[in-house]
Amino acid sequence: MALHIVVCVKSTPTSVNVPVDPATGQPKTAGLPTAINPYDEYAVEEAVRLKERVPGSSATVLTVGADSAADVLREAIARGCDAGVLVSGPEFEGGDSFATSLALSAAIKKLHAEKPVHLVLFGKNTNDVGAGVVGVQTAAWLDWPSATAVKKIEAIDPSSATVQRAMEDGTDVLKLALPACVATVKEINEPRLPSLKGKMASKKAVLPKWTAADLGLQPAQVGAAGAATAIAKAALPPSRPAGVKVEGATSAEKAKKLVDILFERKLI
Amino acid sequence: MANSGILVVAVSQRGALPPATYELVSAGRKLADALKQPLAAVVLSDKASALAADLASRGVDKVYSVEHASLAGFAEDTFAKAAADVARKEGFAKILLASNVAGRALAARLAVLLKAGLATDVSEIADDGKVSRPYYAGNLVASVEIKTPVAVLTLAPMSFPRAEPGAAKAEIVPVAFDPGAAKTTFSTYQPETSNEIDMGSAERVVSGGRGLGGAEGFKKIFELAHALGAAVGASRAAVDSGWIPYKHQVGLTGRSVRPKLYVAVGISGQIQHLAGMSSSGTIVAINTDKDCPLMQMANVSVQGDLNELLPAIVEEVKRRRGAAPIAA
Ligand SMILES: Cc1cc2nc3c(=O)[nH]c(=O)nc-3n(C[C@H](O)[C@H](O)[C@H](O)COP(=O)(O)OP(=O)(O)OC[C@H]3O[C@@H](n4cnc5c(N)ncnc54)[C@H](O)[C@@H]3O)c2cc1C
Ligand SMILES: Nc1ncnc2c1ncn2[C@@H]1O[C@H](COP(=O)(O)O)[C@@H](O)[C@H]1O
Repeated sequence: MALHIVVCVKSTPTSVNVPVDPATGQPKTAGLPTAINPYDEYAVEEAVRLKERVPGSSATVLTVGADSAADVLREAIARGCDAGVLVSGPEFEGGDSFATSLALSAAIKKLHAEKPVHLVLFGKNTNDVGAGVVGVQTAAWLDWPSATAVKKIEAIDPSSATVQRAMEDGTDVLKLALPACVATVKEINEPRLPSLKGKMASKKAVLPKWTAADLGLQPAQVGAAGAATAIAKAALPPSRPAGVKVEGATSAEKAKKLVDILFERKLI
Repeated sequence: MANSGILVVAVSQRGALPPATYELVSAGRKLADALKQPLAAVVLSDKASALAADLASRGVDKVYSVEHASLAGFAEDTFAKAAADVARKEGFAKILLASNVAGRALAARLAVLLKAGLATDVSEIADDGKVSRPYYAGNLVASVEIKTPVAVLTLAPMSFPRAEPGAAKAEIVPVAFDPGAAKTTFSTYQPETSNEIDMGSAERVVSGGRGLGGAEGFKKIFELAHALGAAVGASRAAVDSGWIPYKHQVGLTGRSVRPKLYVAVGISGQIQHLAGMSSSGTIVAINTDKDCPLMQMANVSVQGDLNELLPAIVEEVKRRRGAAPIAA
């Protein structure tokens, strides 16, 4: 039985060297080049692999972002997704994980009503906010089960999925009733580059754009108005004091001086 | 009723509490004293009683003990329901969790269930309630305002001291729990086969990079790590070369660590590597190139050939301590 998979991706700056606007104390991202969040490539690849594994399945890529975020939808279609949906509008600006996950859950509900969704895939974390929480928050809004840090989908059918979760001390195996949300980690696959056929499809793809009203949400529930947190002030991390250079004529002498310092500072 | 009080959520993993739990208790204690609010902990486990007794001796005012067969293995939805029940009933204002896989997932669910603002990887909590957390892989640190009456926070590991057991014993309140129909079934756990120290909670990490020249080179890293009681990390160059498994990778696309001592051997210190370790306490760099970024930013830099320096350091440490390795 075929599956409908949704994969959530974010358009983020390609570099983590982001300046702070001294006037507002906010990170200054306007004009920075953007691309698909690196970890989301693994989620896209997994959606495509599931399509290959379960014939007749389809994958829809979903993002909440600016109009320019359509680029990451096209990128995911080039890599093998079938369709894309852009959730966008001025009301979504300035959202945090709380507001963004609500918008994602409302869009997933709408997709689910059109064609039942079995699995929603997420990346490990974004390279801008980097909290690694939006997938599970989305699951919570939907009241669906979830698994984070998934490194393998062992088995899947339309009613359940068995997944491996990478914990700090080993691997958990869990069975989730579907529909469910799964946040992936890098070990899950090796992403492939877009194919020529995929690139053609991505150029032609028509991407519906949904606003808060289309999702049945009030503008106050999304974006900065719906956010439960706000950056008060961003800054560069405190600079480190100048270091000590360990000098010596021989390696043994340097080793002795280094070990002296480690003991003096009670580091060992 | 206005929300008040601080709740530490203690998730048992394989029947024990991860050491990060005690860091939550000490951070919670400091906050509770500053705000003049009570500090409670909730233990979620299939065998909660012993763990509750442990927490009760570490400076909390009250321990809620939720013991239920469904809390044996970590299921994100079931654990969140159990924690949310306690948080709601008592109207806690700040919920503290560990920034590990379980704590992060649980925090995410709790934030939605409690309609609460969420901040992860928090390294500092100010008395006015604002918290510091990293953005852009640690290139920026922001002070974040939580706009909701309830705040859910996961605390960065190694950012707060670990609460020690004391003579005072807090009251333990058993709490009944009805998980309802389970949508997540925990089936098995396969432990990591090696008995290496986990990087995330290690006080000391020794990392190796391309300068090691091959998988053989990592033997020297393991020897030094063993002598120092440290976990082993690596740069992406070393991982990509197949010298050591990916789980050891430190950096933007690896893990973030914050040990008291980080020793980088044969690692140049590209920004993607620094993203995973720059908030470590003391950074020691060992490198032939005194001008590389890691040597420039290190607290202690040793210029020289690692092939000579590493054995010399191991020997010196052993000489000073007797042959016994240091406990992690
Ligand atoms: C999107 C992206 C994500 C990335 N994520 C990560 C990440 O998570 N983690 C990460 O580490 N990197 C990451 N990288 C890669 C990063 O840019 C660097 O390529 C990598 O960190 C370099 O590793 P290195 O320092 O070991 O190697 P090199 O830069 O080659 O440095 C080797 C060092 O060894 C020294 N050396 C050589 N011989 C000796 C000797 N005999 N004794 C002492 N010193 C010696 C050299 O002087 C040099 O400084 C990422 C890159 C990209 C583009
Ligand atoms: N604006 C967004 N649109 C779509 N998916 C998102 C968005 N933000 C985050 N995600 C997804 O949620 C994951 C975790 O994000 P985060 O919690 O910000 O680290 C990402 O890897 C994406 O899969």
